[in-house]
Amino acid sequence: MQTRIFPGRFENLEEISHFVIQAAEKAGLDDSAVYAVELAVDEAATNIIEHAYQGEGLGEICCSFEIIQEGLKVMLQDWGVPFNPLEVPEPILGAPLDEIQSSGLGLFFIRKLMDEVRFEFSIEKGNTVTMIKRKKQS
Amino acid sequence: MEIAITHYKRCVVIKTKGRMDGSNAPELKTAFKELIDKGEFNLVFDMSEVNFMASAGWWVLIDTQKTCKQLNRGEVVLACIDKGIQDSLSLVGMSSYFKAFDDITSAVGSF
Repeated sequence: MQTRIFPGRFENLEEISHFVIQAAEKAGLDDSAVYAVELAVDEAATNIIEHAYQGEGLGEICCSFEIIQEGLKVMLQDWGVPFNPLEVPEPILGAPLDEIQSSGLGLFFIRKLMDEVRFEFSIEKGNTVTMIKRKKQS
Repeated sequence: MEIAITHYKRCVVIKTKGRMDGSNAPELKTAFKELIDKGEFNLVFDMSEVNFMASAGWWVLIDTQKTCKQLNRGEVVLACIDKGIQDSLSLVGMSSYFKAFDDITSAVGSF
């Protein structure tokens, strides 16, 4: 497992992306899956800055990855406000344009793009989101 | 972030490059808002040099599309979408909100 800690600022999103892109490529994911991982991690990190820390420069994001037999496991950890994904309304895509709300769009992307997503919170470890992207069966 | 704006007879092309995420989506929002405030509702977003688009960027486009389509004033169309972006757009089910064109000429010609 490799881990890096990034300051929770939007300007660091690109560096976080580079960190997970090289992991996804090393794990043998195809181009489309590499992009999906990049996008899901970007959304998760953005949510941490916006919702867990409620602003830029107020805490750190710990990003880890592990190359596993079926693909790639990525974990993002923060020490902000406890996050309960069940409290986030899911946007109704496919609904008429006028009815779409921005709230929950990032979380919706994460769930659609990754094969497994798990949120955990503990006093000691803060919030952890664990995401798995599997290689396509050849 | 560089934003280039080109005015045509029937529409305006707005072009940016690189990554579009929470760090620079507000700048894109301002650029679209300035065009709308000037009465420009036929808009082409040239994505030929955009290689990453997070939900913050998509929300700017959706919100702009809502405004443009009100009272049938116009619409936002997309041109030259990168394959990875297109795949993710289809996967999350958002591709139906925008017409997409393979090249700028077709996108501009659609108005």
